[in-house]
Amino acid sequence: MAIRWGSYKVPNLHDELVEKAGKPRDYSARLCEYLRALSDKEINELKAASDSAIHTMGITFRVYHQEEGSIDRAWPFDIVPRLIDSKEWTMIERGLKQRVKALNMFIDDLYNDQKIIKDGVFPASMLKKSKNFLEECRGFSPANGVWAHICGSDLVRDNKGKVYVLEDNLRVPSGVSYMLENRQVMKRVFPEMFEKYNILPVDDYPSHLYDMLAEMSPRKIEEPEIVVLTPGIYNSAYFEHAYLAQQMGAELVEGPDLVVEDDDCVYMRTINGLSRVDVIYRRVDDWFIDPEAFHPDSMLGVPGLIRAWKAGNVGLANAPGSGVADDKVVYAYVPKIIEYYLNEEAILANVPTYKCNNKQEREYVLENIAEMVVKPANESGGYGMLIGPHADAAEHDKFRKLIKADPRNYVAQPMLMLSTAPTMVGTRVEPRHLDLRPFVLSGKEIKVTMGGLTRVALEKGSMVVNSSQGGGSKDTWIVDMEDQ
Amino acid sequence: MLSRTANNLYWLARYLERAENTARLINVNSHLLLDLPSRVKLGWEPIVDILSFRDTFYENYKECDEKSVINFMVVDKKNTGSITSSLRSARENARTVKEIIPREAWEQINALYLYAIENQNEAFTRRSRYAYLNKIILANQTIAGLLAGTMTHDEAYAFMRMGRNLERADMSTRIIDVRSATLLSEIENELPAFSNIQWMGVLKSMTAYQMYRREVRVRINRKDVLTFLLTDPRFPRSLIHAIDQIERCVTELPHSKDTIAKTSTVKNYLLNAKPASLVQNKLHDFIDDIQVGLIEIDKQIEESYF
Repeated sequence: MAIRWGSYKVPNLHDELVEKAGKPRDYSARLCEYLRALSDKEINELKAASDSAIHTMGITFRVYHQEEGSIDRAWPFDIVPRLIDSKEWTMIERGLKQRVKALNMFIDDLYNDQKIIKDGVFPASMLKKSKNFLEECRGFSPANGVWAHICGSDLVRDNKGKVYVLEDNLRVPSGVSYMLENRQVMKRVFPEMFEKYNILPVDDYPSHLYDMLAEMSPRKIEEPEIVVLTPGIYNSAYFEHAYLAQQMGAELVEGPDLVVEDDDCVYMRTINGLSRVDVIYRRVDDWFIDPEAFHPDSMLGVPGLIRAWKAGNVGLANAPGSGVADDKVVYAYVPKIIEYYLNEEAILANVPTYKCNNKQEREYVLENIAEMVVKPANESGGYGMLIGPHADAAEHDKFRKLIKADPRNYVAQPMLMLSTAPTMVGTRVEPRHLDLRPFVLSGKEIKVTMGGLTRVALEKGSMVVNSSQGGGSKDTWIVDMEDQ
Repeated sequence: MLSRTANNLYWLARYLERAENTARLINVNSHLLLDLPSRVKLGWEPIVDILSFRDTFYENYKECDEKSVINFMVVDKKNTGSITSSLRSARENARTVKEIIPREAWEQINALYLYAIENQNEAFTRRSRYAYLNKIILANQTIAGLLAGTMTHDEAYAFMRMGRNLERADMSTRIIDVRSATLLSEIENELPAFSNIQWMGVLKSMTAYQMYRREVRVRINRKDVLTFLLTDPRFPRSLIHAIDQIERCVTELPHSKDTIAKTSTVKNYLLNAKPASLVQNKLHDFIDDIQVGLIEIDKQIEESYF
């Protein structure tokens, strides 16, 4: 037997499948038993089957390579799924709905009355510093007051097992296609497990997405024209853009395929001539979406798109300007934002966040910088960040100076020990750190995916889960144990 | 449908057909060489000529020997018409129309490209070459069958069929032109026995041998082979059939009048000229005219739809 749970050790960590060496959690017992019974040969066969499924399905992501330009890599995938009990998931789902609902109200308020600022809950100075607040959107409110129609929030669990929201992605969150494809791969590789478990399905995401987009159509017609706007084949998420368009039966368009005519309506160039477009699921960043309104030299956008959108002639998901609510400083205010708009306490916890513009909090950060993660407010992708425990004294000093020079630009969080799950290393399993990105669709109703995309750091001890930096992914199973 | 998408579908089909035809051409040449007496200098140069790559070839290679031509025609990245380059372009095009073609077709195209790249060394040894190229041919046939059997025969399908048939017509005329001119004439008179197998070679490069045999039972000869390959309306790889297919596809599309005018011109020209009775240099001129006609059709499709 290849996998011995007795020697799988997770000291001082929370593991998603195993309570302690030799003792699986209630909901993962059946999976662990199944894995234990596999021989080395069988494990290798399963891995080969999954590799070949990924290969033939052409599941790839693009990375930029200095010599070869942009190249396709096969999607790194771990065959051991990550399980969550549906009872716990129900709570997380409620928490996500509450959070996204409040965030949308917040964005709508910022672009209109700014009551939250007038009531002194959110400081005006914070808004002034936001790079993602778009003056062009002032005084506008999309249908149902929804700005971020598609949200991907990153969840993590600490070593006590508590779930936190690490960040909200409200601009163009990606990864959902991998969630869907991972499930397809698992069905090809582990058909038996789908009989042993009641695994809640994820496959309905594209049809929910379609319904939500169709709802946004300015023309009330039977089949509104929905398109997915991609920056093109060299974008790292192109695979996903094409995949979602295909799954929804929508056209996949690039900027030059669209044109805004004198009537402020959007059209696409087809073999029949110009044809009206009702809703655009855009996967192009705000700044590039309309050279008329923003970057004049953008080749990716459509001149006049913002004009057409504000005239109410086309639906845009996500709405331009949604990003105002996902910077690091706004994040710290989310619990207050939920309280303010919904009069409820936040169901999902934020990672405790120290805002350096507050004197007391700043003092704490400066003193404990060696144990903390310091993040600049407006950067993303890990740029300009300090990971205290991994840095030396000189770097600690450098960041103390940076914070003192511009306290409003920095927040700090305690370093979390992310939870782990068993991950294949050769024909054995070892614990690896992971996170989870569920996707939330907001239309008239709010819908959350059953689980989401689990990203796992494949290197021992690493907490970096990005696929561009050696991260992989797992299928995520929300398992219903009630009627087993 | 988006103009860009239509364009990509059209080219996807062209690239696939091109890879398949090139594979057939090399396979047949390899076999032909084994049958001919060693003093007949058939060699590999005609392959380069058929595809009009003479200049590019000699910029990169000194000699037109087997190894260089195989390298150039199968794996060379500098040659946009090599099998792997064609398949790479096909795959990139397929990727942009993944939402249109059936998923299985995309998987096949992807797998075909990966197979061709990963096993490219097999093209260099005669022993494994046949199997390697044959697999590429069969994979293409599988893709064509998948598309015919699982894809809605809508406009998107029409564009692919148009691309496939235009490429096929183009390749067929090239094969007939070069094969019937430079190589065959020099031995036609002195070695009638070998002339026979060369015409067989022409038929085989277009997978026409068996079908020809069913249709024409007398000894293989130039006139009958040409008549069959150029004007048999029922043989799917004949020139007339390819042009007819393009015409049928266009009929299903909007504003098709201009393109139909072009296809009719080529068809009429083909049927009235009685190409089989033309002497060699006249045949060459005739094929040149047909090639010009094909270019005109291609231009018109581009103008009307892309």
